[in-house]
Order: sequence, then C-alpha cells, then structure tokens
Amino acid sequence: MTSFTPKPEDFALLAQRPSLHHLQRPSMSYWQDAWRRLRRDPKASVSLYLIIALFMITLFGPLLWRVEPAREDLDVISYPPGLRIPALIVTDPVQWPGVHADPAALVPADPNSTQSLAATTTIRVEGEATTQYVRLTWQPVAGAATYLVYRNDHTPEAAGDLGLPLFQTLSAEELSFEDRLQLKPQDYWYTVIASDGVEEASVVTTMKVPVQRALTVSQARERGLDATPGQIVSLGAHPFGTDTLGRDILARVMQGGRVSLFIGIVAPLLFVFMGTVYGGISGYFGGTIDAVMMRVTDFLVALPFLLFMILFRIAFGIGPGESGIVPMMIALVLLSWENTARLVRGQVLQLREEAYVQAALLLGAKPLYLIFRHMIPNTIGPLLVNLTFSIPMAIFTEAFLSFIGMGVAPPTSSWGSMSNDGIKTMVNTPHELLFPALFISVTVLAFNLLGDGLRDALDSRMRSRE
Amino acid sequence: MLSYIVKRFGMGVLTIWFIATATFVAMHLVPGNPLAQEKAVNPVIRANLEKQYGLDKPVTTQYIIYITNMLHGDFGISYTQENRFVKDIISEHFPVSAELGLLSLFFATLGGVLFGAITALSRNRWPDHLIMVFVILGVSVPNFVFAALGQLLILKLNGWTGTTILPIAGWDGFGSMLMPSLVLGLSTMAYLTRLMRATMLEVAGTDYIRTARAKGLSTTRIFLSHQLRNAIMPVITVLGPAIAIITTGGFVVESVFTIPGLGRYFVQAVQQLDYTVIMGTTVFFGAFLVLMVIVADILYGFVDPRIRVEAGR
Amino acid sequence: MSVGRAETFDKAVDFATQTIQLSLDDEPRNLNSIKAVDQISIFFIEHVMEGLLRQDERGRIVGGVAERWEIDDRHARFWLRHNAKWSDGKPVTAKDFVFGWRSGVDPANASEYASIMYSVKNAEAINAGKLPVTALGINAIDDYTLEVELEKPTGYFAYLMNFQIFYPVREDFYRAQNGRYFADIKNMIFNGPFKLTEWVHAASFRMEKNETYWNRDQVKLNVINIPYVTNDNLARFNLFKDGKTALEDGMRGIGKEQVTSAVNNRMRIRAYSDGSIWYTEMNHRKERITSNKNLRKAMQAVLDSQEIVNKVIGIPGYIPAYSLFPVWLQGVHKKFRQEYPAQPPVLDVELAKRYMQQAKQELGMETLPPLALLCDDKENAIREAVYFQSLFKRTLGLEIRVDIQTFKQRLEKMQYGEFDMILAGWGPDYNDPMTFADLFASWNENNHGRYNNPEYDAALRQALGTSDPQLRMGAFGKAQQILIDDAAVLPQYERVVSYVQNPKLRGVAFKQTGAVMVLTYARVVE
Repeated sequence: MTSFTPKPEDFALLAQRPSLHHLQRPSMSYWQDAWRRLRRDPKASVSLYLIIALFMITLFGPLLWRVEPAREDLDVISYPPGLRIPALIVTDPVQWPGVHADPAALVPADPNSTQSLAATTTIRVEGEATTQYVRLTWQPVAGAATYLVYRNDHTPEAAGDLGLPLFQTLSAEELSFEDRLQLKPQDYWYTVIASDGVEEASVVTTMKVPVQRALTVSQARERGLDATPGQIVSLGAHPFGTDTLGRDILARVMQGGRVSLFIGIVAPLLFVFMGTVYGGISGYFGGTIDAVMMRVTDFLVALPFLLFMILFRIAFGIGPGESGIVPMMIALVLLSWENTARLVRGQVLQLREEAYVQAALLLGAKPLYLIFRHMIPNTIGPLLVNLTFSIPMAIFTEAFLSFIGMGVAPPTSSWGSMSNDGIKTMVNTPHELLFPALFISVTVLAFNLLGDGLRDALDSRMRSRE
Repeated sequence: MLSYIVKRFGMGVLTIWFIATATFVAMHLVPGNPLAQEKAVNPVIRANLEKQYGLDKPVTTQYIIYITNMLHGDFGISYTQENRFVKDIISEHFPVSAELGLLSLFFATLGGVLFGAITALSRNRWPDHLIMVFVILGVSVPNFVFAALGQLLILKLNGWTGTTILPIAGWDGFGSMLMPSLVLGLSTMAYLTRLMRATMLEVAGTDYIRTARAKGLSTTRIFLSHQLRNAIMPVITVLGPAIAIITTGGFVVESVFTIPGLGRYFVQAVQQLDYTVIMGTTVFFGAFLVLMVIVADILYGFVDPRIRVEAGR
Repeated sequence: MSVGRAETFDKAVDFATQTIQLSLDDEPRNLNSIKAVDQISIFFIEHVMEGLLRQDERGRIVGGVAERWEIDDRHARFWLRHNAKWSDGKPVTAKDFVFGWRSGVDPANASEYASIMYSVKNAEAINAGKLPVTALGINAIDDYTLEVELEKPTGYFAYLMNFQIFYPVREDFYRAQNGRYFADIKNMIFNGPFKLTEWVHAASFRMEKNETYWNRDQVKLNVINIPYVTNDNLARFNLFKDGKTALEDGMRGIGKEQVTSAVNNRMRIRAYSDGSIWYTEMNHRKERITSNKNLRKAMQAVLDSQEIVNKVIGIPGYIPAYSLFPVWLQGVHKKFRQEYPAQPPVLDVELAKRYMQQAKQELGMETLPPLALLCDDKENAIREAVYFQSLFKRTLGLEIRVDIQTFKQRLEKMQYGEFDMILAGWGPDYNDPMTFADLFASWNENNHGRYNNPEYDAALRQALGTSDPQLRMGAFGKAQQILIDDAAVLPQYERVVSYVQNPKLRGVAFKQTGAVMVLTYARVVE
C-alpha cells in the first residue's frame, strides 16, 4: 500500500466552467412573483392606480386647485356644479327706511267684521331687483291688521301655492319689505296677503319679479374683481358646486380626503403593528403567557364595536378647536388590534412547527434570528392582506361616526361629515352628498379589490384559481 | 362536549363582567353632568336630584351598586325619560331591533347563498359580472346613503302610482319592514355572496367533487349534495357574529324609517348623556353578542364533527 | 310584542270621525305636570290637563277651570267652575290646585321649573328648603274658591296660570300611584279636553276626546293619532308628503331643506314666531379677554344679523335681531320695540379695527389669543359657528376655536364659565320683557357669562319694584340700551317655526311660550 500525502501543490484551481444547468427564466423572489401576479390581475392593478390617484388628488390637488376650502362665499350658496357664474356690478346699497303709512289714514281692523278683506293692490318693486335685495312696497288694505309676504320660485298653480313665508308685518302701518333671503338669478313671484289677524284675505295679488345676479362695488373689490358699476364680471368656477355656506366642494373633498385617508390608513397601520407585536409575543412564547394573552383578546372581541367607538369618543371629549381625529384614532386602535393579533399568533404557532424552523433551532439559531429571518417574512403576506382589508373598515367607521355626529368636529371635515351635511340636502341639491359619498365608495372599493388581488397574489394555493 | 359548553359559558360571564366594567369606566370619564339642566336650580334641588340617582356616593360604591343591581337585571331608571326603567326600555325596544336584524339576516343569507351559488356556477359569464357589480356597490356604499335612497325610492313609487305601495316609515306589518331590512342586510349580503362564491369555487376543485364527477353523477346532483352543502358551512359560522353586528348596527336605518328599536335609543341616549340607558344598552348588547358567538360555536360543533373532536381535547 | 303595532290610518285626516294623524320627533320625558320641562311633554299636558286659565285660539287668556278671577299687586283670587271634572267624574276643586302648587315648589320633587312659581309668596324660601311647603301663599277658602298671595307685583300672573306647573294635581290619586304619577296610561287622570288612551313608548300615542271635560262641546276632534316617532327630520317630512300626517312640524319647525321641498311640492307653508331670541353670549369674567368692552364692540361692528338670517340660516321668516327683546313683546300701548326702538349697530370694518387696536392696548397684548366659541351640536348652530370663525378671522384677524358639545356637556361648560362666547337662545316663560331682561341680572344663576353692570341691575330693580306699565317699560328701554352700548350680548335672530299643514285641517293654534301646538280648537273640514 502506498500512502499518499497530499501536498499543497496538488491543489490547483481549475478554469471556470460554464454553468451546468441554465436557468430558463430569471430568478424571482417571493415578492417579485407576487408583484407580477398582482399586476396581471386587472381589477387589482386598476385599484392600485385608483388608490395612487386618490392620494395624488388629496395631497397635490390643492396645489393645482387653489381655492381655500374654508372660504365662504355667501353669494353662491348650494350652487350646482358649474364653471362660470356671471354677475353684474351695482353700487353699494343705501339703507332703506321702508314705507310706513300714517296710522290715522288707515282703516283699522274690525274684529266683528265677517266680510273678507280685499286683495292687496299694486305691489311695486323699489329700484333694481338683484340678488342683493328686492324691495317691495304695496298699498294699504282697509281693515288689515297685518300683511304676509310670500315668495315663490314658480308660477303659482293652486291656492296656497305661495312659496316661502318671508315676512309678517308687526302692524298695519308697515307697507314694505326688503327681501334678501338667498336670492338667486331667476324669476320670482311675490305675493302680499292682507290679514285681520286671524282670517286672511281670500283673494291675493301676485307679482312676477325677474332677479339678476349682482355684486356690490365693495364686494367686488373684496374679491379683487373689476369694480366698475354696470360691468359684468365672472365669479369663480365650482366644478363640484358649493355647499350650504358657499364653500367649494372640490376643495373640501380634497381636504376632507386628507382626514379620511389619514384616519383610514394611519389607524390600521397602528393597530396592525400593535396586533403583530402582541400576537407575535403570544405565539412565540406559547403556554401560559399565550393563554392569558388570548383571553384578553377574547374580551375585546366581545365588545360591541360601534357602541364602544361612540362611548370612547364622548369619554375622551373634544375641546375647543380640536378636530376629534386623535380620539377617534385611539378608539379605533384600542378596539381593532385583536384581529391582527390572532392572525399573527396563529401564523407564528404554525411556523414554529415547520421543519425548517425546527432545523434552524437545532442548528442553534437565536430567537431574534428566528423571528427576523423566518417568522416575520412568512407572516408579512397575510399581514399585508389584513392591513388592506382594515383600511376600508376604518374609512367606513370614520364615515359612519362622522355621519351620526360622533366623528370629526367641524370645521374639520371628512368625507363622512360632508356626507352627513349633504344627506340633509339630498333631495334638492344632490351634489352635496354625491361627491363625498362617491369618494368614500371609490376608496373603499379600491382597497377591497386590491386586498382581493393581494391575497390571491400572495397565496400560492390560489395561483390556479380565478 | 359538556365541559366545553360549561367552559364557554364561564368565559362568557367573565366577558360580560369585563364589558360592564369597561362601560362603567368609560361613562365616568365622560365630561359633563347628566343632571345638567337648562335653567339653574338651587343647591338643595341639585342635591336632591343627585341623591335620587345615587350620584352623591363615592365612585367605588356606585360601581358596587351598579354591578349588584345588574346581577338582579336592574339597570336603573333613565335620566331623560324620568319614569322608565332601563330594563323596560330594553325589553320593549330590543325585540324590534331583533326582528329587524333577523329579517335582514334572512334576506342577507338567502341572497348571499343564492347569488354566491349563481356567480360561482356562471363564473366569468354575464350573471357573474352583473351580480358582482351589485356586490361591489353593497360593499362600498355606506348604509346611510342606502337608507336615504331607499326611502326616497318608496316615496317616488307611491307618488307615481298614487297609492301606498310600501309605507315609507313605521314598523307595522311586513310592507314597512321590507325596505329597512333590505337596506340593513345589503352589506352582509354582499359579504356572504363573496364568501359563498369563493368557497364554492374552492370546493369545485376538491378531489371528492372530481370523484363524484368521475362516477358520472349529474351536475345538479353534485351541486346539491356536495358543493352547496360543503360551501355553506363557512357561511353558517359567520352568522352568529353577523346577527349581533346587524342588530347593533341599525342606528341609522332605525332612525330613517322611524323604527322604535334599541339602536336609535342608544344614539339618543349618548347625545343626552343618559348614563343608565347608555350603560344598560351597552352591557345588554355586549351580552347578546357574547351569547350569539357561543351559540354559533356550539351549533357549529354539532354540525361539523372535526370541531367537536378538537373541542373535546 | 306589541311595540310599534299601533293602528295606523292610511289617511292624515278623516272628516267623518274627526281624526287626525301626526308624527313627533321625540318621546315625552315626563308627563307629570310638576316635573315636565320638554316641549313634547308640555304638548301632551296642554291637551290632557287644564289649569285655572287657558289661551283661546287667538292667544287671549280666558277662563279654564276658573270661571272668574281677580288679580292685584298682592293677591289673586279665582272662582272655580262647578262643572270642571276629572276623568273619573270627581270635581276639580281648589284643593287640587293647593296640592299641585305645593308639590311644584317642594324641593323633594326637584322640579326644574319651580323658579317660575317664585312670584307666589314664600315659594323661593320653600324651594330652598327654608320653609315648609304649607307656608306657600295659596289657600283654598272652600272647594271652589282659591286665594293666592303674591311675593311681589306680577303683571303677567294671569298668563302664568296657563303654565303646566300651576295645573291641578289630585292628592289621593297622586299618592296612590306610588311615585309613578303619569308614568304610564294606568297612572293618569285627566281634566283637559283630551284623554291619553294609548302610549307605546317611543312608538305611538293616541289621544281621544275627554267626555268629562266641561267644555267638551267646543272640542271638535275625536281622535289625535300619533303613530310615528322619529328624530329624522327628512323622514317626518316624507310622512307628511306621503299623506300620512296632517301637520309637520308645528313645534320645532321644518328645516331649510324641507322648506324648499315644500315649495317644490306646491305646499302652503305657514309660520309663527316661537318667541325665542338667539344671540352670542359673552363671558364677562375678569380672566377672559371677552370682558374687554372694546373687543366686544369690535365684534359688534362686524356682525351683520341680516347676513346671518338671510344667508347662513336661510330659513324664511327669521327676523334679524338687534335687541335682547323680541319685536313681539307688548309695551304700554303698542309693541315694546315700537315704543323703544333698537338701532342696528353701525357695520364698519375700519371702526371695528380701531376698537380692536384699543382692545389690544388695554389688554397689553400684541396678538389676541384664540377665543373659544361654545355651541351645541345642532345643524344651525354649527353652521353659524363656522360662519363666525371665518367672519372674525377675515375682518378682525381674530382666531375662533369652535367648541361643539352635546346638550348636557354644553350646559355643564356654560355653568362653569368654560367659554369665551356661546351661541345661545332663550324662549320666553311669560309675555313680559322681564323673562328676557332677567337673564343678564347679576343675581341670576342663568347669567352664564356673569355680566355685572350696576346700572343694568338698577334698571331691573326699578322694573321689579312697580307694576306701573309706563315706569316698567321705561326701565326695560333703558336696560335695552345699556346692553347695546356695552355690546354685552350680540343678538342674531328671532326664530320662527315654519310648518306645513293638511288643507283640511283648520283651527290649529300655537302657544308662543314654549312653541307648543294646540289642537283643542282644531277641526277637519270636508
């Protein structure tokens, strides 16, 4: 037997050889693969673009649409979506003393008279009828104790179809009225009814008055418009219309979106994080610690969610000038983390039993290494799905609470609180509800579809389905 | 199984105690005085009122009294409806909420199972797409919008036809219950449709369905005796929590359709700082939720042998 | 379960049976006339009970249980009619009033409205627990004669007799209910034009004509059915539009949106003033900067009541206010405000800025800290608060922090002075300027801002000390001017209640104090 003792010279590097097996496709990590599958899902990718668009609109929209969301324009209240609003410039109004009859010249009311009063004759308009004011005067009626002034926005079609009860005079001496109630540029039908205090005149006179949109010189100056009387100027455009205080809805939707999206995204991030830590600890240590920690989550599950959201909201209280966002976030986080905690705990418990984790343990892996190398990467997929589905939940909760007046406090607005304002005017000016509600719906929908897509993309078992 | 049930109920009682305590703590953090009045009253009267509601005692004593009374089913007297016991308010108005909740759950389940099955069977064809559009609406439009629109729809219908097709409000007969329960059940219906569709598709890929098909069973037979039966299981599990959520979530619907339910009462009580009503309803709803979840779990245990085994361990 | 299963008609009104149907926005809180405070409770009490005097359909005071009365500065005497009966057939006697009034001031009953009885001798001392209830200045001379001693001259005492806390309570019946008096149908006894015959809590009510009522022949309606209770304004309006209710909303008023809908639906809208005045109350405590007069003057000079009424509130009929005293108050011969007109403040931003400058100097501040504006969570109040915020910011550069609170929490903050300004309102308890003037007296607990002006107090003392109308109105005129000059309170508007009514329903009256609808004189026409 010859013995061979290897010497250093016996070892030499060989020349590099080309790889024996050639990869047919580029190597892909788990995430690259998931991303590819997500992109292939049309619903999910459209949703993703939608979400990006929503963020862009709420974050950068105000840079382009430079209308102050809090600016009130009392000349265009509840204005439907529109681009140009022309207005005539008129001189500043002079205080109008009105017309008063000499009490001695009037025929007083007779409480015992059974005769019906005569109709008020000759209603006249004093000066120009503009959206600034309409000044009415009329002739006295014998036996009248008071006059009632009505304003209609259509030709009266029946008895009683008089429109708005604008005014009732305190005495028979008053023979005039200045109407300034939310005048719009349109035709109005004014009616003045004489009354003896209980019975009204059975015949009434109605007068048609066309009204023109006008701005006074000083108002125009304040807006930085051409303030020459007689000039026609154009008021700012409102693509989404205005609300009951004349605020621009587009600007408000963008501002409200910041609040809604902030709550909708930050709160889930916080409670998902909290749930992850809690569930991770519970699952990793197991045993008694796990049992105790899980009992606590059982308690939380049992709390009636909305009721406690409301309770917490009033318990925290909101001081002057506070928006109510923080209390709502705290309440949301406190009440919502348990779902994530259970999910993570389940994952961790399952992963602990996996062969590769056991192998790592045998090889002497430290807990920290295990957690970061194996546990977290393997739970992050379901967590992401969980987060995506939590966002619409949070947005809905915010909207609902703001809707019942238990959410953000005015003047802070969110889509929910705007819907609450809008629903009151739903019948007559639907645009005030439409836009905020539309934005809520689109956002919720986009996150839901994205969540579906993510779940399918991250779950290898789902690969063959749908 | 019996020990499992006992254990679950034991936990349930503990949970209810927790809810009661949490409510008590939350209520005592609330700023404001439930006895505050529009007109100033003299100190003697104020003291008398406080005594009447036991607010003159220290908080710990109040807590003990509150828990003890609750064990006797006594939640005290309402602060705003000065002659009504909270337990009467609950027993008179909860059945209405429950009725509304059950009916909407019925619609939601019926619709969910039906639509879910249809969408799964007609996957990627037009019925699937059409129903999914409605599902998407149901998931993404807030129910307060649906409630208002639903009422408007009835109003228009009645106006066009000149008769009362459906009452627009109230709680009197099936006609008045139809729209509110549909509105309330809509989001659950959408959720169940999605769930049903997903499980139907999952079941369709399993081996036993393939076996059944290989045996030459008809599609209808497979659908009825295998697919539907197995796909419906997960739907049943969510019903327990769903009924509680629906029953407690009806504030807006109850208010819009003038339904004298308990949910509406709760919101009003919060706005008026009616301590006893708030605490009573919260604890009651909490207990109801706990009970529903337990019952659902136990029932599920009877239906699905796998759970029974696990529970027995 | 019978909840909500009340019999509902398909019609809002029925001529043959003289039945009408209504909706309410809330459940009454307490129908016990001693304890009642809310509008809904008072509405029911107004129909099922009757006091010594009542209002006719034109709002004049006429005999109720009393057929004759005499009131002077120190005494009041009432002669009761012999045919006034309780619903169990027993007569209504003077003793029932003695018991009712004593119960009202009894501190053990802790009635919120007890203070309105303070014009009766010893009432205040009894209410504070210093005297026994038997010391109250009311005495039944016999079953049908009632003698009342007054604490001070009270020009509006007759008017008070129509206030529920002065209504009769029958002792034997009250005691038999064991603390549940008027808690449920079975605990009730009536002496008014109607009987409450059905009450399903928070769901439905039914009132029927009371056949034992002495004036039953004048009562035309047989049944008032109330099968709907909801605080959703839109829903209640929809019920009216759908022909299910006969009148909407005669007590709170229909909102701006419903007004527009009513116009679009060709409905006749009616309105009446509920007598209340709405204003911004200031905190005059030393530690608050709103105690600075120039700051208040600056705000006064930019606050345009016309704009608030016409643009911000937008409900027709609201009257822009410039005084704490509403225009409907009666003066000596004419209306108070015709005799003592209140000039609207001059609106001038430049002037306001000068006031601001002065205020800053006096306070020694470069910039003023933000002011807290307290308001309730109702739609109008929030809209107004948001308007103020932008108005004061734009014109004065003054930062406003809006503090929206639910009812009870707002009351608590008002009581402890935790505000700079409050959006508040006050409804009259009786038809006299004192019901408003009293609010800013330094001794009044309801003076939440602790306004303290000796001159103002002196004017009020003068009015309190005499029953001469000329002197009293003169004193109120002086008080009015002091408030304006001091910018102590910034008035905004007088409220009206707008409502819509089925054209077949006639003769509905309203009680201005408390805005309560009165159906006693109503009828259904063919």
